[in-house]
Amino acid sequence: MMAADILGFALKSLRGYSLRTGLMLLAMAIGVAAVVVLTSLGEGARRFVVAEFASLGTHLLIVLPGRSETTGGPPLLLGETPRDLTIDDAMALNRSRAVRRVAPIVVGSAAVSYRRRDRESIIVGSTREFLDVRHLTMAQGRFLPKIDPRRASPVCVLGAKIRQELFGADKALGEWVRLGDRRFRVIGVLASEGRTIGIDVEEIVVVPVASALSLFDTASLFRILVEARTREAIPLAQKDIIDIVRSRHDGEDDITVITQDALLSTFDNVLHALTLTVAGIAAISLAVAGILIMNVMLVAVSQRTAEIGLLKALGASGRCILILFVTEAGALSLIGAVLGLVIGRMGGWIIGRFYPALPIGTPWWAIVGALAVALGTGLLFSMLPARRAARLDPAQALSRR
Amino acid sequence: MIRLQQVHRIFEVGDQKVHALNDVSLDIKCSEYIAMMGPSGSGKSTLLNILGLLDQPTSGEYILDGQDVTALSDQAQAEMRRDKIGFVFQFFHLVPRLSATENIALPMVLAGVPVAERKVRVSRILDAVGLTDRAHHRPDQLSGGQRQRVAIARATVMEPAVILADEPTGNLDSASGKDVLDILERLNDNDITLIVVTHNLDIAKRARRRLHMVDGRIDSDTTTGKRT
Ligand SMILES: Nc1ncnc2c1ncn2[C@@H]1O[C@H](COP(=O)(O)OP(=O)(O)O)[C@@H](O)[C@H]1O
Ligand SMILES: [Mg+2]
Repeated sequence: MMAADILGFALKSLRGYSLRTGLMLLAMAIGVAAVVVLTSLGEGARRFVVAEFASLGTHLLIVLPGRSETTGGPPLLLGETPRDLTIDDAMALNRSRAVRRVAPIVVGSAAVSYRRRDRESIIVGSTREFLDVRHLTMAQGRFLPKIDPRRASPVCVLGAKIRQELFGADKALGEWVRLGDRRFRVIGVLASEGRTIGIDVEEIVVVPVASALSLFDTASLFRILVEARTREAIPLAQKDIIDIVRSRHDGEDDITVITQDALLSTFDNVLHALTLTVAGIAAISLAVAGILIMNVMLVAVSQRTAEIGLLKALGASGRCILILFVTEAGALSLIGAVLGLVIGRMGGWIIGRFYPALPIGTPWWAIVGALAVALGTGLLFSMLPARRAARLDPAQALSRR
Repeated sequence: MIRLQQVHRIFEVGDQKVHALNDVSLDIKCSEYIAMMGPSGSGKSTLLNILGLLDQPTSGEYILDGQDVTALSDQAQAEMRRDKIGFVFQFFHLVPRLSATENIALPMVLAGVPVAERKVRVSRILDAVGLTDRAHHRPDQLSGGQRQRVAIARATVMEPAVILADEPTGNLDSASGKDVLDILERLNDNDITLIVVTHNLDIAKRARRRLHMVDGRIDSDTTTGKRT
């Protein structure tokens, strides 16, 4: 029998029993669509997080006071009070050739007020470098001036939302606002960015780091952001940072250095595993579709006993019958899978319309996997019915009418 | 051409044994016309199935064209059925979702005959059975006689050496039964061996050779000189 005839015969039988075919296509399509939609969502979440991290800055290292055994864990060891991480520590890091920029950071919250309007806000104390390390842009005015980080200065930069809430339509630049019990002059406004990981820059007020330390009456930095010169320089930068701080802290390793890469790959792995798990669960529905196909094919074989007997009488070997039925199931699952793929992509597209922030994308392995599993289950589960058909006794099959 | 020697066919139903063929020996020459008669359950269909390689003897020998066919593989037997044997059944056994043309082409599809040649042969054979204007009708759009003519066309499209017809007129009125028989006899005139199972004595009389079966045995085997 020619391949085109085998396929043609299979498709014609599928068309001949349209209700049954429709239901099986539906089962297959739902299974594949589920895999595609769920993996698309998982992949979308992963891409989202990865993009967020990348936007935090590149070649970034984060220095935290206190030592922790695992990177990324909370920077605390029981029973040990970490030594302060100071501005001088931060400045010293510039000695490393692997380091391009250093931005010391102090974070706290305080009331911000202008005339009668006021609200709680996150206050970030840092230096001019903060702008470049975090890849921020200005909407108005200037960022913090290039001054000695140890020097306080009563100037501040507002996040876009803070500016809006305090000043509305009025001019903000040059005005004096009150942070806690001190007055700061507004010298700039940050551009708003649709970023959600880390601190939301729309709702912060940035002041010079020394001013923030005195505002919160502390000597210790919250952390230090370090930008390495290149991606390759990150390990060297990490080593230099540890060495420099150790030499300044009487030989004690009392800081934690997290590289952005390590953090990112942790998240990446977790989300990838999550996507795989979800895909696996969805694939179960494919197996269910496979079992359904087996059942329906078994019914088909007993319904078409006379036809099978006839085909044998006309010169079809058992092998030929087997191939015909397996082709039928294969065509069924393939068409169902392609249908499911289309439905799944459409579903992904619709979800994308509702959540534009989520970069929905079906990973190629999900598409290949869903098609392969669909075709595999279809073929596997049609084997039993097809073999039953192939072994049918033609004389007996034809004597029944 | 066909030689059966001491063929037995025993069916086992539960713990009961049915001796459907009991020591049947038979020689059939090329282009013979044989009518097979006998009461219901006497083993006519069983014998025809064995002749058509749809069933295997429990014991005995079957030589077709000088070849011991009981020893052949499934594949080889299928090819034998395809190339040498044409079946016509009482209940037509057309594939309901296929048109007359497609039903007739089925053996050629199974044999892998090229599409162009299929078309030529189908239209020639449709003409021979007088169904050119019904070529694209499905079986449910055809009368019983027309269906049986489609079945005959299908049985002959591979130009077999033998036609095995099991009560081909059993489901037809006498007029279309006669049409069908005429067509079969015309095939026989062209040297195809024709074996027809029938309950109708008038039909049986048209054959030169008549077999009568009782209880799985050939009870009588008579040959008259001429077809009437
Ligand atoms: N597949 C089968 N299983 C069991 N018994 C069968 C089978 N086929 C035929 N028989 C029995 O064999 C005998 C001959 O049957 P059959 O050849 O169909 O008779 P006929 O065609 O002459 O009416 C009957 O008794 C029938 O019941
Ligand atoms: Mg019978």
